[in-house]
Amino acid sequence: MTDYFQDYITVAVFAGAGIGLVAVAMGASFLLRPHKPSLVKRQSYECGINPVGDGWSQTHVRYYIFALLFLIFDVEAVFIFPWAVRLESLGTFALVEMAIFIVILLGGLVYAVRKGVLRWES
Amino acid sequence: MQFTDWIADARNIVFLVIALAMVGAAVMVVTSRNVIHAALMLVVALAGSAALFLMLGAEFVAWTMVLVYIGAVVVLFLFGIMITRAPTKADPVRLDHKHRWPALLVALGTFAAMATVTTLAFEDAALPDGVARAGDIGDVLFDRFVIPFEVVSFVLLAALIGGIVLARKDPE
Repeated sequence: MTDYFQDYITVAVFAGAGIGLVAVAMGASFLLRPHKPSLVKRQSYECGINPVGDGWSQTHVRYYIFALLFLIFDVEAVFIFPWAVRLESLGTFALVEMAIFIVILLGGLVYAVRKGVLRWES
Repeated sequence: MQFTDWIADARNIVFLVIALAMVGAAVMVVTSRNVIHAALMLVVALAGSAALFLMLGAEFVAWTMVLVYIGAVVVLFLFGIMITRAPTKADPVRLDHKHRWPALLVALGTFAAMATVTTLAFEDAALPDGVARAGDIGDVLFDRFVIPFEVVSFVLLAALIGGIVLARKDPE
């Protein structure tokens, strides 16, 4: 348990060092650079093309269904992690179990494809 | 136990910081004027609960929280908001409800009930010392809980098909 906490202290120190690095870089550049704001500089940069419309614009409805599918397969992935860690000791039985699990969910994916959900049409 | 004794333990300080950050974020979820900011504050609150699970040694649950809740559920929320409530700048109307005081009462009542029930049920029972890693979950999942595990796939399948049916209109 102590090792466990020490491992996460390492993670926390690493994360803190990362945040500190960015903070120092941004802070130093803020202190050193000349400060001359203009309207053009405040424009959002999009590969040199003039930005059109507002940053807070509406997203296409079609993205929703992809987020929904992602949620389902994300949960599936979560179940695969403990299986992958113990696959060697669990053997063939676990392999068959996971195959059944994935095949059932593949049925859902087939349903989505047959319904044309994954096709991008306007 | 005295408060000075309690605060002397480094783990309790970490817990206090995480808990305060969670409470602050949770309050901002319901008071923020911008729905997008509310959803992002929900990320902070969920990350705090993941950190609490980590502190309890429930490593797998904690990272599942991050993967599924922060990685997928909040993304779904954000898509929902960006699709339906655009433009999503600060709402002209306050994101408020006229029943906020009864709602507060219900929230406090729920908290009191859950806190009492859990403390009465577990009293001083200590958590088993140790870390539940992904492999330990795998051991029980593919041994004792094989049938529930397979049932989960049907639940997910039902959610998948239900979501598609609700979100998509059949072309005639």
